[in-house]
Amino acid sequence: MASTRTTLQARRFAALGDPTRLQVFTLIARSPLSVAEVAERLPVSRPAVSQHLKVLAEAGLVQRESIGTRNLYRPDTDGIATMRDFIDSLWDVGLARFKVHAEALARARAAPPAKEKK
Amino acid sequence: MSSLAKTAQDVVRKSVIVAAPIALAFEVFTGRIESWWPMASHHIGEAACAALVIEPRVGGRWYERGVDGVECVWGGVLVWEPERRVVLLWQLNAQWQFDPTIHTEVDVRFSAIDERTTQVELEHRGLDAYGADAMAMREAFGSVNGWTGMLDHYAEVAGRRPRG
Repeated sequence: MASTRTTLQARRFAALGDPTRLQVFTLIARSPLSVAEVAERLPVSRPAVSQHLKVLAEAGLVQRESIGTRNLYRPDTDGIATMRDFIDSLWDVGLARFKVHAEALARARAAPPAKEKK
Repeated sequence: MSSLAKTAQDVVRKSVIVAAPIALAFEVFTGRIESWWPMASHHIGEAACAALVIEPRVGGRWYERGVDGVECVWGGVLVWEPERRVVLLWQLNAQWQFDPTIHTEVDVRFSAIDERTTQVELEHRGLDAYGADAMAMREAFGSVNGWTGMLDHYAEVAGRRPRG
């Protein structure tokens, strides 16, 4: 079941695992911003912001866009797609757990262990 | 119009084959959800979740009951065909709260491959209901209880996959 998509998602989780980077992403998700603008809003230096944005971009979470001389970062996610992915992973996990549980129960019922204590 | 058009983005489809008779598969899916739902991270109430209940009839509620006794509604039952099909109304928004304006459907079909094996096909549709609220989606996306918690569950499940 581990697919390319899962791998990509794992990278996204990892990218958001850092609290500061999550804050950077949260700001960008709200509105496109430059490195300087992000740095103004958080207690983080510009080089550090640049580094966080680089990681976010590599994880496919933000995109850089040049408008004139300005470099802006904007979220690289479509709202519906994001929620869809969320629901998608939710059911992956849910059904995997469902399978484990149902099969354990099926085995128990098919061959009730003589010595099992409740 | 807000159609339930089957665009790729609008629908999540999953299928799983379970080594369990169809009656048991249906029972576990609908009657013992809390036994397999990733409860720790995916529930609404303030308190830890004691039970997740699907009332077994059309028009029944789908709700969560916390250890504090408080019930939080997730949605309801649209179709109830024991051992064959259930369609649930899922009205949680991206922040994992009940929102009556959200209308998504979880359509689950059970079919017997043989007497000990069941295929479960799940379709969660109407996800374009979430399109309007990009901010809310960002919350879900970034929250600790969102994807991050999910991965933990994934690892947990993968780690105790039954033999054979």
